[in-house]
Amino acid sequence: MTKVIDIQNVNKSYGANEVLKDIRFSVHHGEVVSIIGSSGSGKSTLLRCINLLEIPSGGQIYYRGQNILDGNHHIPSYRTKLGMVFQQFNLFENHNVLSNCVVGQVKVLKRSKEEAEQVARKYLKVVGMESYVHAKPKQLSGGQKQRVAIARALSMEPDVMLFDEPTSALDPEMVGEVLKVMKELAETGLTMLIVTHEMDFAREVSDRVVFMDKGVIAEEGTPEQIFNHPQQERTKEFLKRTLANHGRI
Amino acid sequence: MSFDWIVRIVEENWQMFLRGAGLTLFIALVGTIVGAVIGLLAGVLRTIPTPRNIAQRLLLKTVNFLCTVYIEVFRGTPMIVQAMVIFYGSALAFNLNLDVLVAALIVVSINTGAYMAEIVRGGIMSIDKGQFEAADAIGMNHMQKMVNVILPQAIRNILPATGNQFVINIKDTSVLNVISVSELYFVTKSVAGNNFRYFESFFVACVLYFVMTFTVTRILLYVEKKMNGSKSYKIIAARSERGELGK
Repeated sequence: MTKVIDIQNVNKSYGANEVLKDIRFSVHHGEVVSIIGSSGSGKSTLLRCINLLEIPSGGQIYYRGQNILDGNHHIPSYRTKLGMVFQQFNLFENHNVLSNCVVGQVKVLKRSKEEAEQVARKYLKVVGMESYVHAKPKQLSGGQKQRVAIARALSMEPDVMLFDEPTSALDPEMVGEVLKVMKELAETGLTMLIVTHEMDFAREVSDRVVFMDKGVIAEEGTPEQIFNHPQQERTKEFLKRTLANHGRI
Repeated sequence: MSFDWIVRIVEENWQMFLRGAGLTLFIALVGTIVGAVIGLLAGVLRTIPTPRNIAQRLLLKTVNFLCTVYIEVFRGTPMIVQAMVIFYGSALAFNLNLDVLVAALIVVSINTGAYMAEIVRGGIMSIDKGQFEAADAIGMNHMQKMVNVILPQAIRNILPATGNQFVINIKDTSVLNVISVSELYFVTKSVAGNNFRYFESFFVACVLYFVMTFTVTRILLYVEKKMNGSKSYKIIAARSERGELGK
């Protein structure tokens, strides 16, 4: 399998605060990888370093064998290969649902308006939001916004989808609709990298689960290995804590 | 009687008053529009993220420095003084005999631009960080991000401040009488100089200024409302059992 994203010795620090320490990590084509870990473990930072919303303090990022950080790479065109879904949705407030999915295609990928709308409608249908094309973001519920945000990212037809805690800002009753869409996407063979707190979901859809703690990858393996037979003491601790909370609800 | 005098002054000089008011409105309008464009350009320039290339970084720093100098100088000096300096200075320095109207337009535009640059910067900063990140993540460059995502929202936010600037400009063009621009104040001064009825003449000017500023604020309020857009929308298919979600 080809490595779509290959991260080597990536560091990130804010002043004296080291958030990522020598991360080595890769995502293969067609793979669904979940990153779990407690708040502040660096998992969102890692995801944001991959599409350079945060510039790593050190290390290399390879996209299909090309070194992205060598200074010759055009960062905006690299970013079009990665679809990003944010915790806070971040739909363009001045565009309606359709236009949110069209503007990037037309302005960045230089597709014609007709083609872009066709593509946008196709992906809005995938996420079940095709009837809301004329709605403005502020008229939608959180779950609907997040589904449109997924369609917006998909409309760019990216190589990899990055999800940064896509359900953490949602009301509990809306989490399901977003996870359902993501699960359907995972089944299509899309390469996905998901930072999540939804343990059941991670266990169900992932090919591989990465557990991060204090800026390092503490353990990684299949969902079976991580959830049922964790090797590291801190993985066991974390799972005990989160799953205990989960049971209480 | 004062009132009779007011009627008489209006009857005798209405054409002059209207021409003065028209010129005032014209200078204020052009000044505000050109100033807003300058402000938008400066705002976009000053929010360019620091490039990694050293030469580009140096260039950007120089441009930012010049922007800052421009803003500080023109915000920090009175427009009445700027008018004198630009009008007589251009004659002295470049042997250029500027038409007073051209000088007036330049002064008001540049002056407004300095204020608008700060207003635009504030407007851009008021936009949620997530909007910038979403535009970055989709692969937009700085210009695409500004034009398609950030500025449309920022402009909506700075519209009240821009309207304010327009109203200020309508009133402040009166200082241009020092370089003999025949705007409303200058016209009124000469009318009053002829009939020696200062209160009555300036009362007419007062009413005209107020009518102009009031009309402008009403129009801008209407534009703001339009820009907010309709609150309802139609669902295309009958997919949702809740039917129309329009509020």
